Parts: sequence; C-alpha cells; structure tokens
Amino acid sequence: MEPFVTLKARAVPLATENIDTDQIIPARFLKATSKKGFGKNVFRDWRFDKTGHLNYEFPLNQKKYEGAQILVAGTNFGCGSSREHAAWALVDYGFKVVISSFFADIFKGNALNNGLLPITVDASFLKQLLLEIQTTPQLQLEVDLEKQELHTPTQKTSFAIDAYKKMCLLQGYDDIDYLLSQKESISAFEAQHTLSTL
Amino acid sequence: MKQPKTLFDKVWDAHVVTAVPDGPQVLYIDKHLIHEVTSPQAFNELEKRGIPIARPDQIVATADHNTPTLDQHLPVRDPLSRNQLTELSKNCKKHGITLYGLGHKYNGIVHVMAPELGITQPGMTLVCGDSHTSTHGAFGTIAFGIGTSQVAQVFASQCLLLEKPKKMRITVNGELAAGVLPKDVILYIIAKIGTNAGTGYFCEYAGSVFENMSMEGRMTVCNMSIEMGARGGMIAPDQTTFDYIKDRKFAPEGNAFAKAVSYWKTLPTDAEAVFDKEYHFAAEDIAPMITYGTNPGMGIKINDHIPVTGDMTFEKALAYMNFSKGERLLDTPINYVFIGSCTNSRIEDFRVAAQYVKGKTKAAHVTAWLVPGSQQVVQQLETEGLKEVFEEAGFVLRQPGCSACLAMNDDKIPSGEYCVSTSNRNFEGRQGQGAKTILASPLVAAATAIAGKIVDITNTLTV
Repeated sequence: MEPFVTLKARAVPLATENIDTDQIIPARFLKATSKKGFGKNVFRDWRFDKTGHLNYEFPLNQKKYEGAQILVAGTNFGCGSSREHAAWALVDYGFKVVISSFFADIFKGNALNNGLLPITVDASFLKQLLLEIQTTPQLQLEVDLEKQELHTPTQKTSFAIDAYKKMCLLQGYDDIDYLLSQKESISAFEAQHTLSTL
Repeated sequence: MKQPKTLFDKVWDAHVVTAVPDGPQVLYIDKHLIHEVTSPQAFNELEKRGIPIARPDQIVATADHNTPTLDQHLPVRDPLSRNQLTELSKNCKKHGITLYGLGHKYNGIVHVMAPELGITQPGMTLVCGDSHTSTHGAFGTIAFGIGTSQVAQVFASQCLLLEKPKKMRITVNGELAAGVLPKDVILYIIAKIGTNAGTGYFCEYAGSVFENMSMEGRMTVCNMSIEMGARGGMIAPDQTTFDYIKDRKFAPEGNAFAKAVSYWKTLPTDAEAVFDKEYHFAAEDIAPMITYGTNPGMGIKINDHIPVTGDMTFEKALAYMNFSKGERLLDTPINYVFIGSCTNSRIEDFRVAAQYVKGKTKAAHVTAWLVPGSQQVVQQLETEGLKEVFEEAGFVLRQPGCSACLAMNDDKIPSGEYCVSTSNRNFEGRQGQGAKTILASPLVAAATAIAGKIVDITNTLTV
C-alpha cells in the first residue's frame, strides 16, 4: 500500500446523502478478477446518461473540478454492499481522500485498507465546505495525517483516526503484515479454542 | 459476581486472540464463506506475496452472485462471468477449499446454503465478503460482511483486526397480525430508525416476536441488519435453533451435539447486561410493508401514504421512483415481481407464496421470477408439491442464485419498470439500470403477481 502523509489538492463536491456502493460502482462492473480499471466506471450511472453520453450536470464531469483528488460527499457515504470495488474505483479514478459527515462501517474499513483516507467532519463544517467548493472550484484543501488536520482557505478542523490505522497509512503497512507477526499468539489461541469450531 | 454480558460480548470475548496496544483487537474467525465475486483479488494478493492460506478447512465456497438462473448445466455464456467462476474453481482446488459450485447439490446463495448445511452454528464467528453475512446472526453467531482486503487477511491468518463494535438491542413484543411476515418486521424497524441508526453497532433482536419466529424468519430479519447500518444482527439461540441445526450435514453428532447445546444455552444475554442503545416496538403496530424510495428505510405500511415532506434524499428518491408526495401505492400497475435473494428465498418464503397463489392465476402482463436460494430449496419445492402449485398458477421456477437482487447476471429489470421484490435493497439501478425496486414480503410479492398491481393484502387475509 502507498503511504499517505500529506495532501494538498482540489476537491469535488457531491452533496447527495446516503451514496451507496451500488452507485459508486454498479454490480455489472464487478466481473473483473483484478483490482485495476474500476475507475472508468466509478459513479457510472450518474456520470453517463441512458444513451451513454456524459452527464455534464454531474460534478465529476465538470471541467472546473477536473483533477480533483478529494471527494466531498453527503452523509452516510458508502452504505450498502461490502464490495471493496467501490474503494478500488475511487482510488483508480484518482481520489486520495473522501470527506463526509458520516461513513458506513464496511466502506470506511475498505477505504483505509486501500490508502484512501476517509475524513469525518461535523455536519456544519461539511455544509460550509460544500458551499465553498461550489463557489470557488479552484480552492485547495490541505490534509495533514500526522497532525490529523484538514485546512480549507477559511476553516480548519482536526479529525479522528484510530492510532493503529494512522500508523499503517503513514508507513504504507497493511493488516496482513501485522496479523502475520501475531502467528504465535494465533496458534496458541487455536490450541485452546475448540468448542465453537467443532 | 461475574459481570453480566450480552450475547454479543460472550461470543466476541471468546474469540479475542490479542490486541494492538491502544488499537484494534485480533478476532479469531471460525468460518469463512467465499464466493466468486469478492475472492479473486484476495487469492491474487496472497499469491503475489507468497503467503499460504492459513486454514483452508475452515473455508467453504459457493458460486452464487454472478451465475445464470437458467441452463446451469451449459457453459456460462458471458466470458467475464465464466472467467470468475473458473478462477474460483481453480483457487479452491489449488488450496484444498471445499467448493459447492454451480450444479452441485449443495450449491446456493451463500447465506442460504451455509445454514442449511449446518455450517452456521451458535457461538461462532463467521465472515464472508458480502454485507448480508449478517444473516447468520439468526443462530447467535457473530457474522458480518467484510471487504476483499479482509478476505485476504482471513486467508492469511484466520483472523481480522477490528475495533469492538457497540451494542444495541431492538425488542419487539406482542402478536403479529395475519399476513405480517418477518420481512415486514425488519422493514418496519428500518423505516422507524433509519438506514444509519445501526452504524458502529451489533444489534440483538429480542422479545416474543423473535422468540416465536422460525429460523428462516430470524434469518430474514438478521439479513437486513446491514440496511440500518449495523454490521451484524443476532438472536439468542434457543430450542428452535437447536432443532434446526440437529442432523444437518455439518452439525455435531451424538454426544458432541449435546455438549454443543449445553454450551449454546449459556450464550443468551444476561438479565442485567447493558446495551449502548435500545429500541422497543409493539408487534401490533406492524403491518405489511412496502418501500416507495431508494433506500430500505423509505418504507410505509402497504395501505399508507407516502410522506408529504422530506429532505433532499427523499425528493431525489421520489423523482427516481416517479412517485408523488402523499400518494398511496395501492393499485400501482406492476409488470415485474421477484421472489428470491438471501433475504427471502428459503423454503418457508415459497410456502407462504404458494399458499396464497394456490388456485389463482398470475396476471398475464406480469413477469415473475421465482429464484430459490439453493438446490436444497429446489428439492423441497418439488417434494412438497409447491413447484406444481406455482406452475399451475403460471409461474416458472428458475435455478438458484442471487439473480435479480443485484442483477449481475442476465436477470435484470428493464429501465423504468417497477419491480415488487423480496430482496433487500431498493437502491437506484440495483436491479438493473433505471429499474425501480419496491421491497416487500414474499406474500405481498405473490399477491402483486396475481393482481398485476399493488394490493392491500390485509383486506383479504383473516387469522
């Protein structure tokens, strides 16, 4: 996994609430057996109309947000299906950070496992931020993971992240590395753990 | 005195291997279920890093998400889907993992076949790369959906790194009215508390309604825990649970069964145990439900009106569904009906539907897909004569799989069409691009297929 330390980048607003992972990547695109290439179908049915043409009302298709690496989305982002393809699609498209006021559990874990940083902010901060980006599409946001801070030109907030997960992101480690280092404790556990495994 | 514990605490605490200082816990996983869509990248990851599969004998595989529901004996036509199935077979063979592939007598939707085979048992931890893994909580099992990175972690270590979730309890007491099914109970709950009320929690369902429910019904309820954001749902194991498990293929036998039951009996939540959040509902307030919007929380009683006001999500949902504020859904013409999915494709669901359908005829304009959850359900439908009942009423049974619940295969609802569906998600395009899903119980779905429109079944049913 690529380490994540700091990021200074532009953002794209997606104020819709309860964006489920079926919208992020529809099921018909889950037939691949590698993690690559999902980006071209991210938000497929919102980015394209029924005839396959780009929908220019959708923020990701608007020139003013081109190159944005931060997605700012409405509350309860990533609910629904556990498909990690949603995180892969966002990463493959070029996103490094998602900001929302609330994330669904499984999506949040999947994002962290792919070096995509989910930042939870207050509902009022989010509202203000969405407005700011809509008014000034060129504005740059700064994320400092070490300090756990998010800066906009007018606001600053700190965000919470599990200390272990923070370390993983900063170093580019993943959970497999840690779990394999625990092999002995796991074997010892297995030796006394019988009844529920039968 | 020992600290009172919840069912969830008892099972969780029995599986904690160790913990990262000030960080997540290492949770041991007893059973790992896999399928063709969320496993290939995990196998590749281990391969790439040269890591062996730690406990292949604790993994069971099935093909379900991306399989056809017709002509399963023929090669799968879509090359990408065929490739996914081939990968699964190759990976299972290579690593010595039991696979119940397409056509096998134990094949089926992962959350239908595993309980049927007795793989799911109380007190276990069980995971699968599918959010509806919460289904298995019906047995008093800690069961939850995981992403593919986590599938790889379990492959590598038989463990996961997790923050212990908070605990909530939903209690429903009383008597359900005729025609009110477990699906209505969970749709009612989600409509009341919302789609993120459970995020960060494991939810225990308690009270006489769940105590009196069959295992199939309990699975329907736990299945949809994720639709209110909860990673998992649980119901205390009792005699109904033990009777269901006994004599199933992977159930413990003889003395081992008796020993297991005596352990399982220690699992229910202690009287004084405390939850982080509690909800109480009365069974008498619950009626047959349908959804009008694009998330499972947008549900109303079948003869009720769509709310007149709502937020941005509400407005967007109504526009997508082409419904109006304050409108009733009764008499809405319906061309598609789907009875299936890991929520409602068990034998009991088809029994309820068949009982209603018997002696009636399907409306001519309705396309109805009846997709059993497993080969074992197919067998039961034949043995019990239900296949005949459906065929006489003009229905065609298809072969097992996830089918139109997520429309990965060819079972897609055409754009713009409504589908009254027994599945679990009414998200935009979930059943096909532009498809409009209305979630309901198998009984409401069957009644819709007969009438060709949404009807108030509470008018026609008596106790």
